[in-house]
Amino acid sequence: MTAEHKQDIRDGARDSVPIAVAYFAVAFSLGIAARTVGMSPMQGFLYSFLNFTSTGEYAGFQLIAEQASYAAVILMTLVVNARYILMGAALSQRIPEDSPFWHRFIYAQSITDEIFAVSIHRTRPLSIWYSLAAILPADLGWSAGTALGLSMGNILPERLVMALGVALFGLFLGIIMPPARENRVVLGVIAVSFALSLLFAKVPPMSHMTSGNRIILLTILIASAAAALFPVKDEEPEKEDAHE
Amino acid sequence: MNNIYLYIFLMFAVTYAVRILPLTLIRKPIENRFVKSFLFYVPYVTLAVMTFPAIIDASGAVWVGALTMAVGLLAAWFGAGLFPTAAICCVIVFACSFLG
Repeated sequence: MTAEHKQDIRDGARDSVPIAVAYFAVAFSLGIAARTVGMSPMQGFLYSFLNFTSTGEYAGFQLIAEQASYAAVILMTLVVNARYILMGAALSQRIPEDSPFWHRFIYAQSITDEIFAVSIHRTRPLSIWYSLAAILPADLGWSAGTALGLSMGNILPERLVMALGVALFGLFLGIIMPPARENRVVLGVIAVSFALSLLFAKVPPMSHMTSGNRIILLTILIASAAAALFPVKDEEPEKEDAHE
Repeated sequence: MNNIYLYIFLMFAVTYAVRILPLTLIRKPIENRFVKSFLFYVPYVTLAVMTFPAIIDASGAVWVGALTMAVGLLAAWFGAGLFPTAAICCVIVFACSFLG
């Protein structure tokens, strides 16, 4: 191992530790919220270690709790995680030309919102050592948090468990609201999502639908409508105005 | 009774596929504006749909849930950040559980 590799490992670990701590806390609330799903802490660890994604896993818990069909689970996972394709395309540009093909199977697991962000902002070229050092602490923190949340959900007093159970919703609001302040369309999309979700949850016959199916249907419906009515602008930098 | 390990495996297979395909087989970036826009909006819709009205049902009483949602929205809107927003929601539900 060269000095360069060691530097890559140090950088990866340095970037990963704060993410691992945050992931641990989020996963703990995910595990608490999922205490009724019927998954053991060990299964929760495996679930989180392999999937390594918050939104998809919470939606997955809903579907598993309702004994949804495997087809519904596949469809949900595909729709909710498809945005990783865009990150993968960006990350692909940063992989050194001479790196062995199998490295790509490791880089793939570094595609989460946060690890992708630190990887892509790094000035040095992507390295397998950096990515491994960034993935492992974060993924282990994420998995351990899920397992602990699942076990604590059955041990702690009910009052406390109920209070901790809403932490995940607070986190979700913390993710979606700041961009909504900057972007009116996002704000509108969120408002419509809240309204239709309430309608579909409480008013028959829509309320006969399971919550997993409601998540899938409304995600496809509202995101498609928003994409058709308000397509996002290309992020490519605009050309300088020649007249100025 | 569906198998929990099969659920885990299927979700992993799909999630890993969307992560690995752009790095291996499909290396061309997505150009389609509709698809790009759809993928941009998906997280907002999914997280919003999963949060509300589930937060109401998870808070012990409807009025507690409504209060938690309102305060959580305001805290997030005014830039409290992820963890403070989550902590505020927890504290409200915990405190109100002594009133009901």
